[in-house]
Amino acid sequence: MAKTLAEKVWDAHVVRKGDGEGANAQPDLLFIDLHLVHEVTSPQAFEGLRLAGRPLRRPDLTIATEDHNTPTLDIDKPIADLTSRTQIQTLRNNCAEFGVRLHSLGDAEQGIVHVVGPQLGLTQPGMTVVCGDSHTSTHGAFGALAMGIGTSEVEHVMATQTLSLKPFKTMAINVEGTLRPGVTAKDIILAVIAKIGTGGGQGYVLEYRGSAIRALSMDARMTICNMSIEAGARAGMVAPDETTYAYMQGRPHAPEGADWDAAVEYWNTLRTDDDATFDVSVDLDADTLEPFVTWGTNPGQGVSLSQSVPRPEDFGDENAKAAAERALQYMGLTAGTPMKDIRVDTVFLGSCTNSRMEDLRAAADIVRGRVKDPNIRMLVVPGSARVRLEAEAEGLDKVFTDFGAEWRFAGCSMCLGMNPDQLEVGERCASTSNRNFEGRQGKGGRTHLVSPVVAAATAVRGTLSSPSDLEPAPESAAIQIDAA
Amino acid sequence: MEKFTKHTGTGVPLRQSNVDTDQIIPAVYLKRITRTGFEDALFSAWRKDPAFILNQEPYNTGSVLVAGPDFGTGSSREHAVWALKDYGFKAVLSSRFADIFRGNSGKQGLLAAEVAQDDIELIWKELENAPGTQVTVDLESKTVVCGNIVAPFEIDDYTRWRLLEGLDDIGLTLQHEEDITAYEATRPVFKPKTLPARLSQ
Repeated sequence: MAKTLAEKVWDAHVVRKGDGEGANAQPDLLFIDLHLVHEVTSPQAFEGLRLAGRPLRRPDLTIATEDHNTPTLDIDKPIADLTSRTQIQTLRNNCAEFGVRLHSLGDAEQGIVHVVGPQLGLTQPGMTVVCGDSHTSTHGAFGALAMGIGTSEVEHVMATQTLSLKPFKTMAINVEGTLRPGVTAKDIILAVIAKIGTGGGQGYVLEYRGSAIRALSMDARMTICNMSIEAGARAGMVAPDETTYAYMQGRPHAPEGADWDAAVEYWNTLRTDDDATFDVSVDLDADTLEPFVTWGTNPGQGVSLSQSVPRPEDFGDENAKAAAERALQYMGLTAGTPMKDIRVDTVFLGSCTNSRMEDLRAAADIVRGRVKDPNIRMLVVPGSARVRLEAEAEGLDKVFTDFGAEWRFAGCSMCLGMNPDQLEVGERCASTSNRNFEGRQGKGGRTHLVSPVVAAATAVRGTLSSPSDLEPAPESAAIQIDAA
Repeated sequence: MEKFTKHTGTGVPLRQSNVDTDQIIPAVYLKRITRTGFEDALFSAWRKDPAFILNQEPYNTGSVLVAGPDFGTGSSREHAVWALKDYGFKAVLSSRFADIFRGNSGKQGLLAAEVAQDDIELIWKELENAPGTQVTVDLESKTVVCGNIVAPFEIDDYTRWRLLEGLDDIGLTLQHEEDITAYEATRPVFKPKTLPARLSQ
């Protein structure tokens, strides 16, 4: 029978088909190939194991890192916040007790869990990947079935290396065409979410397809899959191809020799059959896409950067209208204001959505040789210690600091404001992260979700801007000064 | 897990869509390493507003939350469910729940009942016109009763069964440990292992 990519990966992991029909029908029990763990959603799960006297079944399929609640400054000093320090220490104790590999603050492989997995080559096509973090969908970029889970399920995976999962529906997101300069993967996914809504993907696994997706790098595909959850989806996936294999090859945990050949042979089968059908299809035209930005307090409330803040009365649905009114009030925006007239205070370049090398390079290319708006505070937070090292080897840290941005250590940072990197009340931020919820980046903070290049251009101009709004950089002058 | 068959309590109308888990419990409360004690954290930003529904009597003693569509979106934090439970909520009604939130609720014995939006609107009106109206959520018959309103709700059969029986998920799965072991023996050798650790050169 013809199958979609998601169905193939699912079927390859069924430990036990759900019994029965009707009232007591059980979901399928699926094997989990990789369990990623971090400090925030794991302590209660480890405690559950301990109380029940259960071992962690597969430490060799489990890896932990510290990311959500870690500082991005002074990482060589004890964490100032005592509650945070306790949480980190709890993870360290738990990993030691249960034999879990841990990359701690200061370690070269520490970083945002969704940056670390792919970077180590632990995320591979056709795997099932879970983590107590909704942005686990990121790993779907490799053709893995990757899902965020709650702490009870974290404990379940620790104890059994499986999950009971309800069947899903399939949605094809077809993105055909060629992105214009200055338009990125982030704009694709923001446009998709605006189109189908924050609940539009609910119950579905999304498969991103089409020429525009095929043309994207792995970093960019990760950006897209990362935000699948913002459309409410169970997971997001891209079928593996040569781009995927090129990224994988040589990574520490990538297969080698004959194993590599066997793996590639299997990975090549991981594509939706030509005659397979999706429950739903959505089309997006890459040719006409513009840089996208959110105006409201959920990721579906977005428009093209060239447009204006929408009017609540333009929303037909009463709930959407009420939500828009509330969002405008929270965001301190007036309907009809051109998005590009909105002045921001802070620019945040980071998060599991946009903190990989490609993101940093793209933003650095914009700010290089330019001057930051003096009223803007800009934070650059690499996704992992490894990304930070690579960026420094390319001199990107210097590009950012010369521009006037702060170059920080790796972590989730201002994406969720658990650590000291937070917005003040009323402060407005252009952020490359994934959620513009009320108070997400700090109590009373206002978030506009943007791509790395829009973030960079905004830091130059002080108002929400695309790279095409910028004057040419005085590049030659900068080079002359250096030469002298 | 405690068994859930039927619950009656004060209904709380929360006329809002897209109530994300950052609103239910802001990240700052996620530093705690316990599973309980989150009652103060529930809707903590909104509770600063005296007009917020949970600051009004008799809603502040409510145990059935009646919310707009897309409840529990965003972060996977199970703390959102713990906070609702710690505050005293036994059930949440919405026309659409985010998947992860619904899954977390099912594990913790908080009933996430999917009620048609038209019925939610009727229940909202009833609860606003007659504050303190009791809402009965009956998991056996999958119905909600509020004043004269009787509405059906949806919940998947497996979760319903586990809630009715108060069954522990891990215990259920470990009954199939042989199947897990058998599956493990068939996994391809090229699948990665985290141990022994290999590092970048």
